[in-house]
Order: sequence, then structure tokens, then C-alpha cells
Amino acid sequence: MRIVLNGQNCDVKSTTLDQILIECNYINSAIATALNDTIVHKQARVGTVLNEGDRLEVVAPIGGG
Amino acid sequence: MPNFYNVEIDNALFLGTAQYPSPAILIEAIRHSQVQIVTASLRREAGGSGAGQHFWDMIKGLGIRVLPNTASCYSVKEAVTTAHMAREVFDTTWIKLEVIGNSDTLQPDIFGLVEAARILCEDGFEVFPYTTEDLVLADKLLQVGCEVLMPWGSPIGSGRGLNNPYGIRTLRAHFPDVPLIIDAGIGLPSQAAQAMELGCDAVLLNTAVAKSGDPVTMAKAFSDAVSAGRAAFLSTPIEMSDMAQPSTPVIGKAFLS
Repeated sequence: MRIVLNGQNCDVKSTTLDQILIECNYINSAIATALNDTIVHKQARVGTVLNEGDRLEVVAPIGGG
Repeated sequence: MPNFYNVEIDNALFLGTAQYPSPAILIEAIRHSQVQIVTASLRREAGGSGAGQHFWDMIKGLGIRVLPNTASCYSVKEAVTTAHMAREVFDTTWIKLEVIGNSDTLQPDIFGLVEAARILCEDGFEVFPYTTEDLVLADKLLQVGCEVLMPWGSPIGSGRGLNNPYGIRTLRAHFPDVPLIIDAGIGLPSQAAQAMELGCDAVLLNTAVAKSGDPVTMAKAFSDAVSAGRAAFLSTPIEMSDMAQPSTPVIGKAFLS
């Protein structure tokens, strides 16, 4: 399945968000996720199924003003 | 002492955490200036990077409070979603709300700002709105639930200081009990001191420290400046006058030719 991960096309085998994050090597906890512009909370990742063409954003802390 | 959403702090300097020459210099600047609140943000991260976790561990290790921002958000929905993501990652209800309306000046979209603030206050956030010095806008923000105002001094990163001291004085006079934080545009410690002398409760800055030649020393200089400015405000400065008024007594002066 091809999704758009942080603006880039990405082919993944997994279908649920929690498994996609593992497959894409997001193993740290300090991330937040949004699917098609809507936040998916950490506890909801297990049951969230992605579909072809979905847009996934994965963000993490960074310095800011 | 300044109080923000029932959090009292000793140091009225809020420090941004971006653009430093190195993480070590950032940490040293925070420690040397003894700031108690720093800002942070969220950005896309590549899988396997771990940079975000590393940054977050570093900040958490300082034991200080974090104020996440919604920097670079141009719409209400984007800002609200980013705020929710920040709450999850940083584990705080505090949010520095930015809804930007112009890419050249980075000034707030005041209509979007009020709407986003309303939504986030209803969602249980404690909102620090990055706003202009406009009095009516400030009132709207308070009406939707904000308990702190963050008027800009001048455009972000410009170093111009207070573009409109009159506007800041007006805000202070109309809302004497609302915490005011000057956010953005400060370039020099004297400008930060000026904001505090006008009665502001804190100053938030980033670029002026991070991009200076010596961020550690500059952070301390700003910390000292806000402290001096606060002390001056509390000491009731004299009124300005157009004419000279001799400080040495005139009466009793010897008549000499």
C-alpha cells in the first residue's frame, strides 16, 4: 500500500498505524501523529487502519521560539 | 512575582530554544540565565532519527517548564491540530498560540487567532496568544477564555524592539491584572528592560540570544535586564517633562560674579 508519509510517497506492508510506525522505524515515544489532517492520539493508533493514498504526518519535538 | 495560569516564576525571561550554535550552548544559556520557562515546537521527523526524543530528553533534564508553540500555522484548523499534538507530546495544557496571517511580517491573523483561542480554551488548553497590541483584539481574546496576553514588540526576529510603546502602555492600563508577555521583535536587553518598565510581566525572545555572538552571556544580560526593568516599574518611575528641573537646590546658591 502506498501512503504519503510526511509529504513523501512511502510503500508499507502494514495496515494499522501502530504497525506502520514500527515498520517505518518510529520506535521512540516522543512523536505525535495526524492522519489526513486529523490527530490520531497515541492510544488510538492500534485500531486505526490506513488506506491507499492516506496522508500521515509524524512530528517530534524541536527547538522553537 | 509574575503568575501565569497559577504558575508563579522568579525569572521574567521566557527563552526560545531554536537557532543556537549547538545543543550544549543552548543548555548553558538556559542554566546561566536561570530561565524557568522555554518554548519548543514540533516538526516532521524521519523514521529512525530519534532527534526529537533526544531534544525532549535534554529539555526535560533541566527540570523547567515548556511552552510549546504552533509556529508557522496559517489556519485555525492547522493551529488547533498542532496544539493537540503538542499537548500529547509535551504533556502540558499550555500552548503558545500562533495563527500567522502574513508571511513577510509574521503578524497574527487576528480573526483566526480569536477563533483558535476559543476552540482551544474550550478544549481545556491554557492559551498564550501571540497577538498584536490592539486593545479590542485583546479584549476579544480575554472574552474567549485567555488569561494571558502575548503582544508582539515588533516582527519576529527583527530586533526592532517595541514598535508601539503607546499600545503596550494602553494594554497595561486597560488590563492591569492580566499578565502581559512581550513576544517577538526584541533585539537588545535595553528593549526588554523598556518592556518591563512599561509594566509587562515577562519578555519572550529567541533570536536575540541564539544568533548573538555569545548566546550564554547574552541570555544572562537579558535576564538581568528584565529583572532591572521590573524593579524599575515597581519603584514608580518619575514623569517625563519637556523642561529641565534642577536636582541641586537653587536656594542658597552664593551670589558670585
